Amino acid sequence: MPAYLDYAATTPLDERVLERMLPYLEQDFGNPSSIHAWGQRADWAVEEARERVADGLGCRPEEVIFTSGGSESDNLALRGAAFAARENRGANHLLISPVEHDAVSQTAIDLAARHAFELEWLPVDNLGRVDPDDLRKTIRSDTALLSVIYGNNEIGTVNPIPELAAIARERGVTFHSDALQAPCQLPTLVGDLGVDLLSIGAHKFYGPKGVGVLFVRNGSQLLPIQTGGSQERGLRAGTHNVPLIVGLSVAHEIALARQETDASRFRMLRDLIIDEVLKRVPGARLTGHRVDRLPNNASFVIQGIDGNSLLAALDLAGFACSSGSACKTGDPEPSKVLLALGMETELALGSLRVTVGRQTTEAEVGEFLEALQEAVVGFRSPVADAS
Amino acid sequence: MSTRRTIAVAMSGGVDSSVAAALLVDSGEKVFGLMLRLWSAGPERPNRCCSPRDVSNARKVAGRLRIPFYVLDAKDEFKNRVVDSFISGYADGLTPNPCLRCNREIRWGLLLEHATKLGATHLATGHYALLRRTNGHYRLYRALDRRKDQSYVLSVLGQKQLTRTLLPLGELDKEKVREIARDLGFVTADRPESQDLCFLGGGDYRTFLAERMEATPGAILDKQGNSLATHSGLENFTIGQRKGIGISGPEPLYVIDKDVKRNALIVGPRAELGRTHFTVRELNWVSGSPPSGETPLTVQVRYRTPAVSAQLETFQDRTEVVVEKPLTHIAPGQAAVFYDKDECLGGGLISR
Repeated sequence: MPAYLDYAATTPLDERVLERMLPYLEQDFGNPSSIHAWGQRADWAVEEARERVADGLGCRPEEVIFTSGGSESDNLALRGAAFAARENRGANHLLISPVEHDAVSQTAIDLAARHAFELEWLPVDNLGRVDPDDLRKTIRSDTALLSVIYGNNEIGTVNPIPELAAIARERGVTFHSDALQAPCQLPTLVGDLGVDLLSIGAHKFYGPKGVGVLFVRNGSQLLPIQTGGSQERGLRAGTHNVPLIVGLSVAHEIALARQETDASRFRMLRDLIIDEVLKRVPGARLTGHRVDRLPNNASFVIQGIDGNSLLAALDLAGFACSSGSACKTGDPEPSKVLLALGMETELALGSLRVTVGRQTTEAEVGEFLEALQEAVVGFRSPVADAS
Repeated sequence: MSTRRTIAVAMSGGVDSSVAAALLVDSGEKVFGLMLRLWSAGPERPNRCCSPRDVSNARKVAGRLRIPFYVLDAKDEFKNRVVDSFISGYADGLTPNPCLRCNREIRWGLLLEHATKLGATHLATGHYALLRRTNGHYRLYRALDRRKDQSYVLSVLGQKQLTRTLLPLGELDKEKVREIARDLGFVTADRPESQDLCFLGGGDYRTFLAERMEATPGAILDKQGNSLATHSGLENFTIGQRKGIGISGPEPLYVIDKDVKRNALIVGPRAELGRTHFTVRELNWVSGSPPSGETPLTVQVRYRTPAVSAQLETFQDRTEVVVEKPLTHIAPGQAAVFYDKDECLGGGLISR
């Protein structure tokens, strides 16, 4: 029985979400910016979607900015806040954790390389956490933006966002967090988190691909990075993708309604995977924090195993997983996140990420564990009949 | 576990391996594609076998065939086992053939090993050669399309590898292969062919070596030991070469020999070129044992050159090959490959 165990990469679309999207792909095709009835019907849908998301995040509707997905949300947050801080208060310093998703880290690197921002990487411990004391030491009055990932997509570690946010607020520094992995399984009330900017993307919570949200706290300084029409308070020009926006809002509503149930089930499956892998696979080591981690994320490094080859073997056996070093071109690079934790390159090339979701069953996990054990034994044993 | 065989196809993004994969899929086999990422001299000179574009082409072909496809990193192994020995071979005055080494160590070594670990029972490639099984024994023959025959570079294989090898293109000619590729709409169908070494990335091998070796100029001598001129480094010359020696005379001069000890290039008129015997080492026999004395042998001393009648003389410490008429292109480092008519029996490296 094949099993998909890569829910951190993407999730299947919930049927109820698709149902609610369909009218906006068919009869209600209007442009929300138009004056007429067609436009108005589409506009109602977008504004209702915004309210739905705002309810879920615990914010005001105008603080919800629709984007094309997580990467765009991250780009708008970093570029928008960095340029605004420079323009408004001459701030030029970016403070970014070294365990960010590429959408954040590469954007920060670009801002430093092409726009002369001063980029500083925050220290993290060997579990991928930012220590509030380290933040206190590094944050400056001319820090334009602080960005720290909430639940790490690779190693699962959850950062103490409320504590970090309190420090940023004290210093008047805009704080962004990439929360792409959070909505299904971690609390995301922006009031509790204390962030100024928060990125989410629908396809990580059983919604459609190609749509995301950037929460922008009222009063945060942000400049648009895509200019044109005045949609989204002028922060994000472009005709609204109505069906996707509706889909995101419905998926988000469902995700929050099931958050506790899903999270506790994920946690049970995750712990089963972690315990069994550590027991059955010699040389396997858990990456990230054992307790403060995403409920659906079990991630490891396995000594002496090439992550890419292991993924191919598991795939041929019918199991979809991921690896921080995985690449489709055969140019494996050790995961930057694992290197930032101080891990040696060779070990970092042997990473394996297993992420469970709503459709995952215990039986699937059982079969996966068998297949993993078999694959690792296969890779470790000398091949008798090939030269 | 089913008893059905599982075939890993070595894909390069090129037309041959793409069609090989398609033919296997078409005959109902369980197939997956593997591509090796090999070493290249730099991003601006990508390896001809596996540039990012080739990877994307191979992936498209696999996608069209609906087969799983994976890329394996073999850059370090390829560099260590193939490229480095190519460079050190030239430094030792040889004319190495890296393709044979790659086939033995990388394709039927690392790749087959990996394929096995991924559950493959067989490895298929897009080489043009025939593989026939008689009484549980595998025999290797020249491809039906003699212009494309690649049995020479497969002469390093033995029974151990061949029992697990499939060569689906052996009975097809290149036109037919291109036609199949076009019918299937493969992006690679009309890609031009190249005979260059893959890791040169379209560059010249002399430039490649010059960037990696200290050039040691030395004397150009005639057979009598008279100094005629200075050469730029022995690695820039191949036995039998006429152009580029840089000496004009009444008669054209050829490279007759390379004297590594004295770092001298020996040249002479065409009449002095050619030898009727040479020594081989590292002999491999496809069947596992040498041919009987009665087998009428031919030998081919370079890729894509005609084979000529030969005798094998086995001594305690060496094997010598004797041919009837002098061969003008015997270069130590190249492979001498033996045939019985169309059957490739095996071969060895020319050592002297």
